[in-house]
Amino acid sequence: MSIGYPKVVIASENSTIVYFSERPCSQTSDQIAYTANVLKIRLGEELIDLIPSYHSLLVIYDPLKIGFQKIEQEIRDTINGWKANNQPQQSRTVELPVYYSPESGPDLQRIADHSGLSIDQVIELHQQTKYTVYAMGFAPGFAYLGEVDERIAMPRLATPRHNVPQGAVAIADRQTAIYPSQSPGGWNIVGLCPIRLFNAEKQPHTPMQVGDKIRFISIDRDEFIQLGGSDKKLTGAIT
Amino acid sequence: MTGFKVINPGMHSLLQDKGRMGFHSLGVTSGGAFDQYSFGWANRLCLNPENAGCIEILVGGLILEAQLSTQIAITGADMPIKINDSIVENWCTHNIQAGDKIAFGYATAGCRAYLAVAGGIQAPVIFNSLSTVVRESLGGLTKLGKPLEKGDIVACSSSSHSTERSVPAKYHCEFDTDIAEIRMVTGYQYEQFSQQQISQFFATDYVISPNSDRMGYRLQGPAIDITGCEMLSEGISLGAVQLPADGMPIILLCDRQTIGGYPKLGSVFSQDIAKLAQMMPGKKLRFKPFSIEQAQQLLQESAPK
Repeated sequence: MSIGYPKVVIASENSTIVYFSERPCSQTSDQIAYTANVLKIRLGEELIDLIPSYHSLLVIYDPLKIGFQKIEQEIRDTINGWKANNQPQQSRTVELPVYYSPESGPDLQRIADHSGLSIDQVIELHQQTKYTVYAMGFAPGFAYLGEVDERIAMPRLATPRHNVPQGAVAIADRQTAIYPSQSPGGWNIVGLCPIRLFNAEKQPHTPMQVGDKIRFISIDRDEFIQLGGSDKKLTGAIT
Repeated sequence: MTGFKVINPGMHSLLQDKGRMGFHSLGVTSGGAFDQYSFGWANRLCLNPENAGCIEILVGGLILEAQLSTQIAITGADMPIKINDSIVENWCTHNIQAGDKIAFGYATAGCRAYLAVAGGIQAPVIFNSLSTVVRESLGGLTKLGKPLEKGDIVACSSSSHSTERSVPAKYHCEFDTDIAEIRMVTGYQYEQFSQQQISQFFATDYVISPNSDRMGYRLQGPAIDITGCEMLSEGISLGAVQLPADGMPIILLCDRQTIGGYPKLGSVFSQDIAKLAQMMPGKKLRFKPFSIEQAQQLLQESAPK
């Protein structure tokens, strides 16, 4: 654990934020996942919600049932338990199919020009990394994955698009993500994933959770359609 | 399905309960009644469970027609209310017959009213709540995050008429203070701001920008210089006061995004979030620092016994 960490800081009348390290890393992710899981059991009804992110965990609690000093103690005891065991959490690897192509990834050429690589090399570099799910937010099911190879890191578009289709796989700086639903967005689109990434009606609501590892598997146009991808998304949907 | 037929949805009327908890890690926000104080009183007047669904009426204009006999309660903003041809009071219950028309005029003070029905509004629940979050397309009558529309039926059970109840005047919301004082529990990156930035923040009379909604209130005032503040996205609590690059604070409210990467000075005390819910753009506010000890003690004291 880095020096001075964990830091336990008041966030609001009923929440406390824990910082685990200066920068995110896989050990930090394991520690956040462990702390979140143990706190759920330890606190029971005293706990209202948890928001894990890159290097932090926001713990929201019921202040009528537990005070801020007690919650800090519970958090510290939990983290100390992790130190004693020092066992890495078993993180899952989730494989997600992606149809990479200029028709499904209109920014591939931009990234190729920016990096001096070919489109094929950009695709190759994007899919060879095993990413970590650092956080979910922005919209339900939107997972922030890191980190992309620095050769294909790419700043956001100067003007965000009005319409990024559901399933768009995109890059912003060294982050990558899949848009779970159609929305405006300024990330660079490299492909489309045919799998639905957020379903409010069905369990599990999303195939991935914070701390999971993600591997993208390249598929062709036919496979994209077979897996439920829509032809419509390939023609003129990206505006 | 019977209950109340929406004759006119008004400006923006939403089904709300206490909110959606337990799914923030999927990126699902809380939503929920913006003024939890008035919402709580509306349900208490109807002898409902504290999480029963209500209608949150923004500014006014809502007209409902009852299809059954029941009791309702209305709290929150001062809106002229008519049942059929009679003007009726706010902060009390009203016995309703099938065929009655309930019409809300436009708010004269405050901006959000709450209508509760005996037994609560019946609507499908998604992620443990019926709260409507338009931005996430979640909740409400269709579960798709739509505000009430003309012709919708807001379902409820009929209920026998019982003794009318009202809230003593000293417990009604207070409006129209010249400059509202908003208590903020200091926290998050507070210690990393300079003394100069913090003094400026607490000394400023901010104006609520027209670009404000249930997601967040943008504030207008002299910009605070925050150049060079880089940080990683992290979980956002209800009421968090963030300072984006332009140095104008934003208070993140019930429909906020669950994570964000701007530095924050702390979070508005929940009793003052209820106050914000009743403040329209153009109103002024000033922040006052509040400690976690003060906040939690006050919450304990105000909790229904």
